[in-house]
Amino acid sequence: MAPLPGSGLAKGLAVTLRTMTKRSVTAQYPDTQPDLPPRTRGVIGLFEENCTVCMLCARECPDWCIYIDSHKETIPAATPGGRERSRNVLDRFAIDFSLCMYCGICIEVCPFDALFWSPEFEYAETDIHDLTHERDKLREWMWTVPAPPALDPGAEEPKEIAAARKAAEKLAAQQQAAAAEPAAPAATEPHAREQARAAEQPTRPAGASKQQTDQPRQEGRE
Amino acid sequence: MNDALDVTLRLLIVFVVFLTFPLIIGQTEHKVMAHMQGRLGPMYAGGFHGWAQLVADGVKFAQKEDVVPAGADRRIFQLAPAVALLPYLLVLLAIPIGPGEGAVGEVIDAGIFFVLAVMGVGVLGSLMAGWASANKFSLLGGLRTAAQLLAYELPMLLAAASVAMAAGTVSLPGILDAFEWWWLPWQIVGAIVFFVAGLAELQRPPFDMPVADSEIIFGAYTEYTGLRFALFLLAEYAGIVVLCGLTTVLFLGGWHGPLGADGLGWVWTLLKTAVLAFIVIWLRVTYPRLREDQLQKLSWTLLVPLSLAQIALTGVVKVVIQ
Repeated sequence: MAPLPGSGLAKGLAVTLRTMTKRSVTAQYPDTQPDLPPRTRGVIGLFEENCTVCMLCARECPDWCIYIDSHKETIPAATPGGRERSRNVLDRFAIDFSLCMYCGICIEVCPFDALFWSPEFEYAETDIHDLTHERDKLREWMWTVPAPPALDPGAEEPKEIAAARKAAEKLAAQQQAAAAEPAAPAATEPHAREQARAAEQPTRPAGASKQQTDQPRQEGRE
Repeated sequence: MNDALDVTLRLLIVFVVFLTFPLIIGQTEHKVMAHMQGRLGPMYAGGFHGWAQLVADGVKFAQKEDVVPAGADRRIFQLAPAVALLPYLLVLLAIPIGPGEGAVGEVIDAGIFFVLAVMGVGVLGSLMAGWASANKFSLLGGLRTAAQLLAYELPMLLAAASVAMAAGTVSLPGILDAFEWWWLPWQIVGAIVFFVAGLAELQRPPFDMPVADSEIIFGAYTEYTGLRFALFLLAEYAGIVVLCGLTTVLFLGGWHGPLGADGLGWVWTLLKTAVLAFIVIWLRVTYPRLREDQLQKLSWTLLVPLSLAQIALTGVVKVVIQ
């Protein structure tokens, strides 16, 4: 059956009237903060304690917006007659956010978990030069990095936790053995404890979650 | 009450209505249109949901420079906004909002003639603006305005004539005195024709071909700035008030309401006018612009025959009743 003449006109009126009764979708941004999804790509934070100046991020950056300067320091030998060690010391780490295209490749390639996404996005400047964030500013962004999202139910146990658990079980077994045999010297015990502590220590910074409010946060957030 | 005071008071009230009602409709349009499109509309001006947006707009318009193009016909160009606006003020004077002498600016015996003739003058403002601007887009807009006026004035007049026939008078309060509820279904076709033709004459979307901004910038108003431009906009919204008021008076029974309380007649008139104004906004949001040929076709092949049929129906029923 052909539609009634004018039914399309009535349908159009119905659509606009229905839309009027629904809530509008406008986000009143400066008045209310947006509800951002996890993994929002706002700004990049640098956890410089983890950085080894391997330069992978700077080399992979498609925009060449990461600047790294470093120098080499020699650490004297730990034992007499041993070999001297040399390590890289970070002098400058800067990201030019006026060039950055937020691809996240630097964060993906960092082998030491020194770079993180932060959802903060309100860092507009009146001078484009101010968009180059130096290492102290990048370090400050770390306080805004949220805790990693929880694993899916039934997911494989993270390697760090597996190692820590294994070490703890080994330690418990040793302590049990030591208690059963008090005469035996506990020579291996400190070593085992140290191993367990190393395994428990996550590579991510412990304070890098939003819940930690006693830490200084960057200016302009409130 | 002495006469001078009486006249002054009436003029003052009509003038205040003339200045406030178009703004109220404009603000309603801002908000209704926004919500029909899933937006919020103005939210800041005035603090509470942007109620003062049009006041702010007015201040902005007043600050702008008043430019007259070098090639323009200076005096006509400057006169045009007044010609577009003032007729609606005069029409408002003749619309009764309640029963009796006290609720109308001025009782005019040939009310319908006066109202329709003066409303036709309003369109002349756009015509003058289009011709005097020395701009091809303005000229095109002005000519389209003229074509639209020619096409839609006829069905509008015929529809109004049908009501005058039914009532046996051309006085607006006289028509309302003679109104019975069953006029509503009897004159419904005429009402729709009158309302649609009125919309077209006001150049409201979907009949806004003369100001189609995507093809002729803003038609006859292209060269206008500042207050003169604001006056043209005000004329459009004053036109909505007048059209809705006239449709209410002629076809919807004006002050007559289902709860026929005598003191509340003006409430009914205002309520019906407000509902019609909402429909004007609703139609604007819903429908796309008609092309020039579609616009002419709608008038000559649909509205004119319909209004003639309405007149025939009115005549037949009138004779049968007598």
